[in-house]
Amino acid sequence: MVNSITTHTGIVAPIDRVNVDTDMIIPKQFLKSIKRTGFGQNLFDELRYLDVGYPEQNCSSRPLNMKFPLNQERYEHASILLTRKNFGCGSSREHAPWALEDYGFKVLIAPSFADIFYNNCFKNGILPITLVDSEVEFLFEKLYSTENFSLCIDLVNQSVKSNFGEEFEFKFIIDSFYKDCLIQGLDEIDLTLKDREAIKKFEKQREKICPWIFGAIK
Amino acid sequence: MAGQTLYDKLWSEHLVKNRDDGSSLLYIDRHILHEVTSPQAFEGLRLAKRKPWRTDTNIATTDHNISTDINERKGGVSGIPDKTSQIQVKTLNDNCTLFGIREFQMNDPGQGIVHVMGPELGATMPGMTVVCGDSHTATHGAIGCLAHGIGTSEVEHVLATQCLITKKMKNMRILVDGELAFGVTPKDVILSIIGHIGTAGGTGYAIEFAGQVFEEMSIEGRMTVCNMAIEAGARVGMVAVDDKTIEYCSNREFGPNKSQIDYAIKSWRNLRSDKDAIFDKEVTLSADDMEPQVTWGTSPEMVCSVTDKIPNPKSFESVDRQKSYDSALKYMNLRPGILMTEISIDKVFIGSCTNSRIEDLREAAEVVKGRQVASSIKQALVVPGSQMVKSQAEREGLDKIFKRSGLEWREPGCSMCLAMNSDKLNPGEHCASTSNRNFEGRQGNGGRTHLMSPSMAAAAAIFGRIADVRQITQGNQ
Ligand code: SF4
Repeated sequence: MVNSITTHTGIVAPIDRVNVDTDMIIPKQFLKSIKRTGFGQNLFDELRYLDVGYPEQNCSSRPLNMKFPLNQERYEHASILLTRKNFGCGSSREHAPWALEDYGFKVLIAPSFADIFYNNCFKNGILPITLVDSEVEFLFEKLYSTENFSLCIDLVNQSVKSNFGEEFEFKFIIDSFYKDCLIQGLDEIDLTLKDREAIKKFEKQREKICPWIFGAIK
Repeated sequence: MAGQTLYDKLWSEHLVKNRDDGSSLLYIDRHILHEVTSPQAFEGLRLAKRKPWRTDTNIATTDHNISTDINERKGGVSGIPDKTSQIQVKTLNDNCTLFGIREFQMNDPGQGIVHVMGPELGATMPGMTVVCGDSHTATHGAIGCLAHGIGTSEVEHVLATQCLITKKMKNMRILVDGELAFGVTPKDVILSIIGHIGTAGGTGYAIEFAGQVFEEMSIEGRMTVCNMAIEAGARVGMVAVDDKTIEYCSNREFGPNKSQIDYAIKSWRNLRSDKDAIFDKEVTLSADDMEPQVTWGTSPEMVCSVTDKIPNPKSFESVDRQKSYDSALKYMNLRPGILMTEISIDKVFIGSCTNSRIEDLREAAEVVKGRQVASSIKQALVVPGSQMVKSQAEREGLDKIFKRSGLEWREPGCSMCLAMNSDKLNPGEHCASTSNRNFEGRQGNGGRTHLMSPSMAAAAAIFGRIADVRQITQGNQ
C-alpha cells in the first residue's frame, strides 16, 4: 500500500546541484540490503558524512559534513527537497526513493527528473514536481533568504504556494494517472489484476503469433 | 496515415489495453532478474500471498555482488568475502527455487552479466518486450526488441501480472552516416552521441539508432551502443532487425526451435521503421569526423576526443554547466587545458555489460599482444561478461595473451563497473574503464573513472596514461 498525498506543507531543503544521480542519493553499498526500509540514515551518505558508510551501521556517531544542508539545523525537519535539473539520473535503483521517503521527504521540486526515478517516486508515495527553470531559481533565492522557508503543495489543484510572507503560486503539470495513484494511494497490482481476463486473452493471442516465446525457459 | 516506427510497432504488438487514467498495460515477454533489485519484489509477492503469473518467462542470474577472483569463486556463495553480498546472492537462489524460476547460479555455464547472458542464450529475441530491474536493459534493443529497465516495484508487478503499467514514449532517431575511421569503435560512437546530445538529451524518448554506421556494425557493437542509451537519458535504445540480427538470433538455446524458426524469421523481418515513419526528434551525426573518445569528468557527457585538451568550464555559456564542470574537474583533480594524453592511469578495467563481449576482448587483446602493462599500473582487469564469453575467449587463447602482458583474467560478473564486490578503485585512483558510468564514487569511493573503448583501455594499460590507440595499432597493420 502506497501512502497517499493530497496536500502537504513542509520545510524546504536545498540540494543545489544539477544531475544528482541515484548513486549520490543512496550509494551502492546500501543496495546489498534485502529489505525495503531503513535507508533514510544513509540518504546522500557520501555528501552527508565525512567517513565511508557501510550497511546496517549505527550512524549516530559518524562524523558529519556540516556544509551539507541536511546536517544544518534550519533544514532538520525538511520534507520538501528543492534541487536542479535531471535529478535522479543514473541507475534505476528504487532504493533512491525508498531512502528519500524513509528520511521523511514527501515532495521533490526540480526543473526536470530522470525518467525511471520519476516513475519510481510515485510508486513510493513521493511527489516529484517539475517547475520551469525561472520558478526553481526563484524558490532557491527565497529559500536562501528566508529562515525556515516552507511551502504548501496542493496536489489536487496542482500548485506550489508560499506558506507565509510574500505571496506567490506556481502551477505544475502532472499526469492524471500519477496524480490519481498518489491521491488514492492505490495498490497497482490489485488494479492491474482487475484486468486479469484481458491479460489472459491477450496472452493466448500472443502465444499463437509467437509460440517460441512460451515454454522456452524451463 | 504516416508509417510506424519500430518502437510504434513493438508497442502496439504488446498493448493489452489503454486505461482510462491515460496509462497503458503492456504485455511483457521476458523478465530477467538479478540479486540486487529482486529481493524486495519477491518479499512483496510473499507478503501478499501472490504467485508469479508465468514462470517460463522469467530468467535469473547473479552478477553484481559476486567475486570475480578465480579462487574466491571456487568457494561458491560462501566464498564471497562480504557477508551482506552472500545474503543477497543466497536470497536470489532461495527465491528462484521457491517460485520455480530458472536461475543461472554463480558458477553455472550459462551465468553472466544479465545483459550479456540474455541475448547470448536466446532468452531475449527480436520482437519481444524485455524488462529487468536494471537500467542497462536497453542493451537488448540491439536485436530489435523493446527493452528497458524497471524499478523493484515494477519487478514485483511484472512477476505478479506479466504486465507493466507504462506510458508510451516519444520517438527519436539518431542517424549516423559515413565511415568510421580506423581505431574508432562502437563505444566511441555512443560516447560521441552523448557528448553531442547530453545526458538528458534522450529523456522521454525511445531512441532508434539508424544509418550506415549501425547497419555496418556487428550485433555486439550495437549492444554497446544501445547499452548506453540510458546515459543519453533514454530508457530504450534500438536497432532495426537485419540479416546480422537474424544470423545472431538463430540457433540460440532458448530461441525458436527448428519447426518455428522460419516463421519467426519472417515475423522479425518486419521489425524496422517504415520508410515514411515520423520521429518526434531526429539527430544526425557524421561518422567521418569521429575520433576515439575519453571522458574527463563525472558525467558521460563530459567527454572529448583523445587528441583534445580538457575544456575550460569558463568557455561554456550556461552557468549551471560551468558550475558542474568546475566541480567535476575538482573531483577528478584535473586542470583545464591539459592534453587528455597527459592523464596518468592507476588501474584498468576491461569489462561490464557495455564492453565485455567476445569482440571487445579480441579488440583489447589485439592491442596488448606482445606488449607489457606499464609498471606504474597497479591493477589491470579483464572480466569476461559471461561464462560463454569466457570459454570462447579461452578457446581463442585470449586469456593467455592478457596474462602474458600482465593483465588479470577473471571470472564473469559486473566487477569494477560498480564497486559492489571486491573489485574497486581506492580514493584518488584514475581508472581507464570500458564501463558506462563515470559518476563520483561509481567504481569505488573517491575513484576517478575515464570511460573509453576496450582498445583504448588496453592502450592506457600499456602506456600507464591515456593514450591514442591508433598510434599503437597502426604499427600492427
Ligand atoms: S556491468 Fe555495470 S552497468 Fe552492467 S549490469 Fe553490471 S553493474 Fe550494471
